[in-house]
This record gives sequence, C-alpha cells and structure tokens, in this order.
Amino acid sequence: MNAQTPARAAPLVVAKDLARFFDVSKPLLNRLIERTGRQVLRAVDGVDFEIARGETLSLVGESGCGKSTVARLVVGLYRPSRGTMSFDGQDMAGVTAQADIARIRKRFQMIFQDPYASLNPRWRVGRIIAEPIVVHGLMSDPAEIKARVGELLRQVGLSPADSEKYPHEFSGGQRQRISIARALSSNPEFLVCDEPTSALDVSVQAQILNLMKELQRQLGLTYLFISHNLAVVYYISDRVGVMYLGRLVELGDKKSIFTRPQHPYTRMLLDAIPDLEMSGRPRTPVAGEVPNPIDPPPGCAFNPRCPYANERCTRERPEPKPSPTGAMVACHAVEEGRLPELVRDYAPPAV
Amino acid sequence: MDLVRRALDSDIYWSFKRSPVVVTAAIVTILVFAGAIFAPWIAPQNPFDLRQLNLMDASLPPVWSAEGTSQYPLGTDTQGRDVLSTILFGSRISLLVGFLSVIFAMFLGVSLGLIAGYMGGTVDAVIMRIADVQLSFPAILIALLIDGVARVVIPRELHHEIAIYVLILAIGFSGWVQYARTVRGSCLVEKSKEYVQAARVIGRHPIAIMAQHVLPNVMGPVLVIATIHLALAIITEATLSFLGVGVPPTEPSLGTLIRIGNNYLFSGEWWITVFPGLALVIMVLAVNLLGDWLRDALNPKLR
Repeated sequence: MNAQTPARAAPLVVAKDLARFFDVSKPLLNRLIERTGRQVLRAVDGVDFEIARGETLSLVGESGCGKSTVARLVVGLYRPSRGTMSFDGQDMAGVTAQADIARIRKRFQMIFQDPYASLNPRWRVGRIIAEPIVVHGLMSDPAEIKARVGELLRQVGLSPADSEKYPHEFSGGQRQRISIARALSSNPEFLVCDEPTSALDVSVQAQILNLMKELQRQLGLTYLFISHNLAVVYYISDRVGVMYLGRLVELGDKKSIFTRPQHPYTRMLLDAIPDLEMSGRPRTPVAGEVPNPIDPPPGCAFNPRCPYANERCTRERPEPKPSPTGAMVACHAVEEGRLPELVRDYAPPAV
Repeated sequence: MDLVRRALDSDIYWSFKRSPVVVTAAIVTILVFAGAIFAPWIAPQNPFDLRQLNLMDASLPPVWSAEGTSQYPLGTDTQGRDVLSTILFGSRISLLVGFLSVIFAMFLGVSLGLIAGYMGGTVDAVIMRIADVQLSFPAILIALLIDGVARVVIPRELHHEIAIYVLILAIGFSGWVQYARTVRGSCLVEKSKEYVQAARVIGRHPIAIMAQHVLPNVMGPVLVIATIHLALAIITEATLSFLGVGVPPTEPSLGTLIRIGNNYLFSGEWWITVFPGLALVIMVLAVNLLGDWLRDALNPKLR
C-alpha cells in the first residue's frame, strides 16, 4: 500500500498546530468565593500532521490523550482554539459562505464509535442513509434515492430490503455497516473514523476492518483512523501517530513505528501488547497514570513516567524533530541520542 | 394490520390488560369523550336552544325522587334546562379548553425546552430562569393574571366572543414550564449522542436537527406529562369558570354549571350543582389514572 501512496507533495488534509482547549472552570460565583482562577483543559495542544490522498493515518494513545478531540476538530464539530485545519488546500477557518461550507462538508464524513448511539432510533435505515444525499441535494427523485440507498446497502454487505427496518433490528456489526453506508452516501473522499471497531466483538471487528480496506481500495478513500487497539492500527494504517496528553509524540510510517519505535512512550505502548511469542519474557509494565490534562507536568508531558527523563525533560518542551528512521519524534533523549537502539520484531497479532 | 398486531403484542398493551383499574379508566374516558363529542346528537335536549326550554319544568329533581320525571333523568335547573344535557354540552367546552390549552402549553414548552437544551449557554440560562420564576407562582394565579389583563385590554363585546381563546392561552401559559424542563433534560442527553453529532457533520441546520432528530426521541415523557396535564387543565378551567372569570354563562362549561348550581344549593336544589361536579370528578379521575399508568408503563425502571 505504502509504495502506491502518491508523493507527499499534495496532501488532502493538513493540520497545523491544531489545538483545542476546554474551559472547565467552576461557575463565576464559586470562583469568587473559593478564590480559584479559571481552569483550562488542554485536550489537544499543538498537533501537526498531513494525510495524503488514499492513505490511512492512525492516531493511537491511551484514554484521554485527545485522539477523539482531534477527530472532532478535523470534521469541524469543534472549532480549533489555535492552529488551522485545511482540506484540499483550503483553510477551513477561512470558509464562511454557507455554500462553500456545504461543498466541503460533503467531501468528508465521520464514522462513530458506538453503533448503538450513532443511528437515530426513530428513523428507518433507508432514511438514515439517505440523509446526506438529501441534505447535500445530490439527488431529488425518491426512486433514484431509493436505488442509491439499496446500492450502498449492498456495498456494505447488507440487503436493500433492510432500508425498511429500524436500527434496533440490527446487531452492532450490522449497525456499523449502516453507519459506513451513511458515511459513503455523499461520495466523500475523506473519512474520519473514531474507534469504529472498539465497541464490536473481535470476530466482527475483522469484518468491518476488511470492509473498510476494501472500500478504500475501490473508492480511493482517505482515512483518519482513531484507535487504542494497536493490532487494529497495524492492520489498517499506512502511517501512525502516537498521541500523549494532547500532543503527538511520534509520527511515522507504520513499519518504522512498530519495528523501530523511537519515543519511550511508543516503546512502552508496544511492550504492553500481549502476544504468544513473548510469553514468559519479563516486560516493562506501563508505569503510572496519565497526568491530569488540566495541570500537565512542565517540560515534556511524559517525563514523570519516562525511565530516561533528565533535568532538561522537566524544563523544556520537546519539539517534533525528524529521527533517523524518518519518523517525527518529540523527545530530548532521542534527539541527544541517549536512548538505546531498539529493533523489534513485530509480528502482528490476530486482529 | 401489521401495526395493530404490533400494538397488541407490545409491553404497553400487556401492562394495560393486566390492570382492571386502568381498563375501567380507559372505558370511562372513552365514554366521557364520546358523550362530549356527540352531545348534540345524544343529549335529550339542546339547553342553548331557548325554544326547547319550558319554564314550567324548572327545578325538577332527578327521576328517582317523588316529583321527578323520566323526561329529565338528572332533573332540571331553574330555567328548565335538563341537567344531563347541560353536563354533556358542558363537558364539551371543558374538554375543548383542556385539549387546546394542553396543545398550546406543549408546543410552547417543547419548543423552548428544545432550544434551551440544544443551544445551552446564555439562551438556556435565560429560558430556564424565566421558568423558575414562573414556577414560584401558582398556575391558577398566572391564568387569573393573564385573563385579567385580557379583560382590561380587549374591548368588552370582543372579549365575550373570544373569551374561550383567552382562557386557553391563559391555561396554556400557566403550564408550559413542566414541558420545557422535561424536554430540556432529555435534550441534553440526546444532544451528546453520536447520531446528533453525525447530523452535525453532515451539515444540517440546528433547527432541522432539533425538529427531526432530537424531538422524536424526547416525545415519550412529553406525552405522559400531557395526559396528566389534561386533567389539570380541565380542573383549572373549572376553577376559573367557578370564580366567574372563565367561559361566559351563555356557553357554560362544567365549572360554570357548578357555580350556577352553587347558588341554589341552600334552597334544596342540590342536583343542579352536584351532578356537574360528579361529572368533573369522574372525567378528571379517569384521565389522571390513565396518565399515571402511562407514566409507569413507559418508565423502563418500573417494569
């Protein structure tokens, strides 16, 4: 897949210094009485990435690291507090005319995590799938829309007759297929997938992932894939970004991330994957907890958990720099060459 | 046919069948509604048609007492009107006012609740504080206030004609808060669900999302409140009419009938006020029992 990826010259999606802060302060009266200031949660704090056409970029990280917030920033559910998002060379913040927003909106879509919450329980499946078609005015003839909905249902492995049913008549995996059909109905180029398989059974996960890969090949789709499951990420991605506390700590090709991880956090994550060959071997457990994003540690956010941290790490925030493997790594230890070389033999576990 | 079969198969029908009280309440409600709707055809007499009234028949007691006649089963009032007929025609007015004011309150409350819940922030704060302030006044006081203002503002002749609509507005205004609070709460829950976010990603207008996505999912509790509110609205209308600020005496509702009859209570003509009162009690009780059952039947925690 990687070899076919076109040159990095014309990326479809570019995020520059993307950040989103949430005001989690107590109400004004409480602040005055308790003499506390405003509290800001930095869910995403300066993230840069590019996604080329037809490629899959995955973002991984522990719960609360800001993966889902990035997904919501990219599709415009949140406005960025800082930084820019551009789609096909167009800065999203600069697009204000309703017609232009609609034109860009129909070129990207989102697939959500919870298949039980992402479909309106009171709508028939046919109406759910047709919603983007109707809203974007792609078709107006009811018979034509019906035919297109049937075609989409077939494409995701369901039957055209299912359009008369309600979402509660389907299983989790089937609902996720319906979500995918809805996302595809406006012929988008770019899909943001927020943990689309994490609520599904393992056997169904593989079906959904295969479907997504197949659709990507057929339709030339570009994916931003959010997940905490490294096996899933290994299976679906071309490139992988590792997030920690609202920042990207490492971003590179799937191969280099999985076989020659640079950042200590990436190494820790990969070490935590259970697999058969390594059983019995002592492994470094993932130590500590993710710090509170309201009050992140100074310097590198990972320093309280990092075995290689020194004084500089507690003082200075590391910037992403290209590493010898070609990945962008934000780590002082990697930059200074303080880390031992690590080459892993990564055998992908069954998805 | 499929719809009927599914309805007969549902949990709600099962819990309906199980309780004889609810079945009785439903039958009584249907009878009362039918009586009100078909009053012009089934009532023995049209009490508003002066030609059908005979002053010689005035103040006759019910049929089972010595002086009663079978022509007037529940007796007549001081103008010779058949009490049974006035009750049938009166419950027509009561139900009309009740239904329309519930619909008005529901429309107002659901819209404001949806806007407050979906928009959040300042809009939410303003709407809900207004609701809190209104909640600190008794509903009857609000209705009296609106009715009183309308009497001052609207010219006398015109007011007589539109009195019933003023009443509907007044009762409706006094009841919207319940709807708004309930809908706002449910809306906050629904808003965070992913299907609403999916609609936002598609680029739907907030009003379309509120009306087509959120609204159908918050209507369950609203229908329960509406049923209970219907009983309350009928009572409020009766109270206002009893106080003399409701519908004009030319189109008496149950409350007006009770007020008129009240004047003759001490002269021994008890049937003029007791039977309309009884009709009101039965109507409200039946609707209330239905509402209570509906609330329990639709509450998954009580199943």
